[in-house]
Amino acid sequence: MKSLILRMAVKLSALITMIVLAFVVGFVLIKGIPNLNLAMFQWKYTTENVSMMPAIINTLIITVISLAIALPFGIFSAVYLVEYAGRGNKIVGIVRLTTETLSGIPSIIYGLFGYLMFVVALGWSYSVLAGTCTLAIMILPLIMRTTEEALKSVPDAFREGSFGLGAGKLRTVFKVVLPTAVPGILSGVILGIGRIVGETAALIYTAGTVTGVATSLFSSGRTLSVHMYALLSEGLYTKQAYATAVVLLLMVIIINGLSSLVAGKMASKRN
Amino acid sequence: MKGNLKEKLMQLVFLLAACASIAAVVLICVFLFGKGIPAIGEIGLIKFLTGTSWKPLQNIYGILPMIVGSIYVTIGAIIIGVPIGILCATYMARFSGPLIHRIMEPAVNLMAGVPSIVYGFFGLVVIVPFMQQTVGGSGKGILTASIMLGIMILPTIIGVSEAAIKAVPDSYYEGALALGATHEVSVFTSVLPAAKSGVVAAVILGVGRAIGETLAVSMIIGNQAIMPESITSGVRTMTTNIILEMGYASGLHREALIATGVVLFAFVLIINLLFSLINRRNKA
Repeated sequence: MKSLILRMAVKLSALITMIVLAFVVGFVLIKGIPNLNLAMFQWKYTTENVSMMPAIINTLIITVISLAIALPFGIFSAVYLVEYAGRGNKIVGIVRLTTETLSGIPSIIYGLFGYLMFVVALGWSYSVLAGTCTLAIMILPLIMRTTEEALKSVPDAFREGSFGLGAGKLRTVFKVVLPTAVPGILSGVILGIGRIVGETAALIYTAGTVTGVATSLFSSGRTLSVHMYALLSEGLYTKQAYATAVVLLLMVIIINGLSSLVAGKMASKRN
Repeated sequence: MKGNLKEKLMQLVFLLAACASIAAVVLICVFLFGKGIPAIGEIGLIKFLTGTSWKPLQNIYGILPMIVGSIYVTIGAIIIGVPIGILCATYMARFSGPLIHRIMEPAVNLMAGVPSIVYGFFGLVVIVPFMQQTVGGSGKGILTASIMLGIMILPTIIGVSEAAIKAVPDSYYEGALALGATHEVSVFTSVLPAAKSGVVAAVILGVGRAIGETLAVSMIIGNQAIMPESITSGVRTMTTNIILEMGYASGLHREALIATGVVLFAFVLIINLLFSLINRRNKA
């Protein structure tokens, strides 16, 4: 009897989880897809077409620049932690603590910080640069952690082989260790992209909510998530919000698909 | 000799990159505390934390309603999300066959990846009207936000607890089985208790996500800056207080919003501290 109840409880919970997900995704797709039309994908935003194309382009721009800033820092610091820092290195402990702290900070705090530092103190006003710098800090712990894991999973024999052939430490890192770790790093990049695409709170007061395509680093531009938030808070464009939700969801599904593809590749490589 | 110099130089570059996260935390603290603490000083710490009215026009800044609001919705999210999450993780780790697991794992990942604005939208067009019909009133409030946050923290809780449950050695399960317990009883009396600290860590991560959620909550919680009277009344959380008024605030009002951020940050730091304490104990 007890076993039966327990079995029912876990099955029911799993079922509820799946139904909720199916309901959210299904609802957005079924109600949203009929609202999609070509006018929403015109190059220029007007109050009539409420095009999301500029927002899609801004999302791409902001994603690429944020990654360009976060990747070198994230990868290099992971290299330091795994390849250079010896046991009992004091800096390692502090870096661990700070990355843990960073990954727990809510995005609104990042937004507030980005606003205070980049927008106000550095005088960049609402701009792509301020937004991307904020997001780069936000995804830094993610890139660091995944790269670290990837570097750790490179067998020591690779390093020893490289040293044995007379290569120095630096050459070993760049020619042997990092290339082997690429799939792991890539999975971190994909996770980072997912986080950037879904981000809203950290961007509203850093990159701003201008509807057009950002033409320079110092011009403001809204990403797709911010676009959707703006549509909803204006309250006039429910149809367009549905359509935007569909596009956002499709992006996330594609990103997740890529991520499991990479994870699958990694798993099959290991076996 | 030249190669040696290059090695040393790059080692320095790597070290500097490693210091980026330290610099980021320091900068965040400097800017938040630098702007927020003077404001708290001006308003008065006690008045700021325990004041029950928030009237920027009259220069009255008490954030107790927001603190209470944040705590209420977080507790609500835990009540809804944690039991389902842990049971679902148990199912995935010890009950589901490989086929179902292969469907559920990406599904949970997708759930984690759905942007919070989409959840907020879903809450606004589905949960709010549903609450209007069943409970009455505006439909926006603590209960509505709790349900949605409960859904939003599910993937976090499932992911981390599943990993913890899977990490329990099979011998625990086999031991219970050998003593005559059924599969279900073995899992619940020997495997789950052994995974306790990992599951607690999962719950803490969920709490962190719930208390920090901003936009999705702002759309369905009502946003009245008053002390809530019941679980269906509209409230405002610390996060929504910031996002709603930051756009037009100036002077002390703006600084009071930053100070709200400082208080939220303090909450998050405490949660993080708990999390790393538990993690450290796990490793020991």
